[in-house]
Amino acid sequence: MSAMVRFTRVTKQYPKGVTALDEVTFGLNRGEFAFLTGPSGAGKSSILKLIFVEEHPTAGEVKVIGQSSVTLTPKKIPVLRRKLGVVFQDFRLLPDRSAAENIAFALEVTGAPASRIDPKVSRVLEQVDLLAKADAKPHELSGGEQQRVAIARALVNDPLLLLADEPTGNLDERSARSILDLLREINRAGTAILMATHDLDLVRATPFRTLELHHGRLVFDSGTMAPGATAATPGGSPS
Amino acid sequence: MRLAWREALLAFRRAPMLSALSITTIAFSLFAFDLFGLVALNLRSALQQVESRVEIRAFVAEGTRADAASAAVGDVQSFPEVERVTLVSEAEALERARRELGEFEDVFDAGILPASIEVRLREGYRNPEQVREVAERLAKYDFIDDIRYGEEWVEKLYRLRTIATFVGLALGLTFALVSIIIIGSTIRMAVLARAREIQVMRLVGATRGFIRAPFLIEGLLKGLLGGIIALGLSFLTYATLGRLVIQAEFFGIGHSVLGLFAGALIGFLGSAYSVDRHLRRVA
Repeated sequence: MSAMVRFTRVTKQYPKGVTALDEVTFGLNRGEFAFLTGPSGAGKSSILKLIFVEEHPTAGEVKVIGQSSVTLTPKKIPVLRRKLGVVFQDFRLLPDRSAAENIAFALEVTGAPASRIDPKVSRVLEQVDLLAKADAKPHELSGGEQQRVAIARALVNDPLLLLADEPTGNLDERSARSILDLLREINRAGTAILMATHDLDLVRATPFRTLELHHGRLVFDSGTMAPGATAATPGGSPS
Repeated sequence: MRLAWREALLAFRRAPMLSALSITTIAFSLFAFDLFGLVALNLRSALQQVESRVEIRAFVAEGTRADAASAAVGDVQSFPEVERVTLVSEAEALERARRELGEFEDVFDAGILPASIEVRLREGYRNPEQVREVAERLAKYDFIDDIRYGEEWVEKLYRLRTIATFVGLALGLTFALVSIIIIGSTIRMAVLARAREIQVMRLVGATRGFIRAPFLIEGLLKGLLGGIIALGLSFLTYATLGRLVIQAEFFGIGHSVLGLFAGALIGFLGSAYSVDRHLRRVA
């Protein structure tokens, strides 16, 4: 089973001497679903940023879909990002574009032909159950709906891996649960998912692998405790 | 490319106030530069006009044979510095004096005024050294009595010209620099206003070139529009001044096009710089 993401003794220090990650080593397999947990400031976001190359490791190696942080050139970064989808707590939608336009934007940026854009946008809107609100601007949508648009945008390029940074952080419990259900559905279709969250109730309610960070160190990995649980089949028991 | 144009035009539509503000800022800073250019242009052409009057007059001794003088005229005409040589005979000198100084018409008698050779120098040869040198060469003809060329006057004029050139250059550079800084910060504002959009573009895997393109087009258009407005304002100023105060000269087609081109270029480079700086900071 090829690893989709591999961190090898990764350390990340920020300019003012803050150590966000301290020799973190782990792998994430194709099609896997894993949670990144830990208190805020533990380094969850840093891990996600290193994966989509928003940041570069201070030491160690980050390997994502065959690209190593050691040899990655700036030119290759956009190409890599197109194989990843990212969603954030604050959705990061463009406020003056409709839901459909926000999603289409992600395709246009990659130079996709116009003829392919509309059908794909409709398809992902349907997938997140928002086809009826395709023309709504973000401010006309609820938080949960905005996050669905953001997920649809992340999915439209058919990513191999979806990164989610506290995607339910701004949502009420019901919306949060439905977002998680959506992510599970997406995972069942084959997309690997790495989701950072500090909502432990949410984590406990699912059978997925959990990576726990504390002060930049990986203190718990249910995956390594139960070898084989990291295989492609979601639902590999963490216990 | 079509997408880049769409995004650039959308930027105008989405933030009309900010766009208008930056175009206005660009227009006014280019307008200031244009005004300076107009002053410089007119000053230069005024100086040139005065300069074109620089003339050497060599007075021919009485009793010189006409063919000797004409032969000299032929010689002088072949000097590389010389634009035009005219032989003014005694009769013509008298006639001219009578015409120019009408009230003394009766004073002038035939034979009072000597004949002269008048030499006008080509542009670029009208500086004090050249003028003196040509005058000295003329003095070698033994039938030349006296030579006048307003030595002091030529020197003063030349000094004035040098000062004007330097002051003009310094002021021009300052104005250009100030325009560039103002325009640059205006464009930076536009880039910062769209930081979120840039972030999303990067997130979904847009290449650097793709992110830059709409901004470059936007900057180019803003610079061009600003330049057009500035040129319009300058023309208005020029026309108003022309009617009320003084008939001046306006930029020719070449200068105007150059000005618009400079506006567009400043907009383009300012955007390139701002976007790159922003991308370097966030990437």
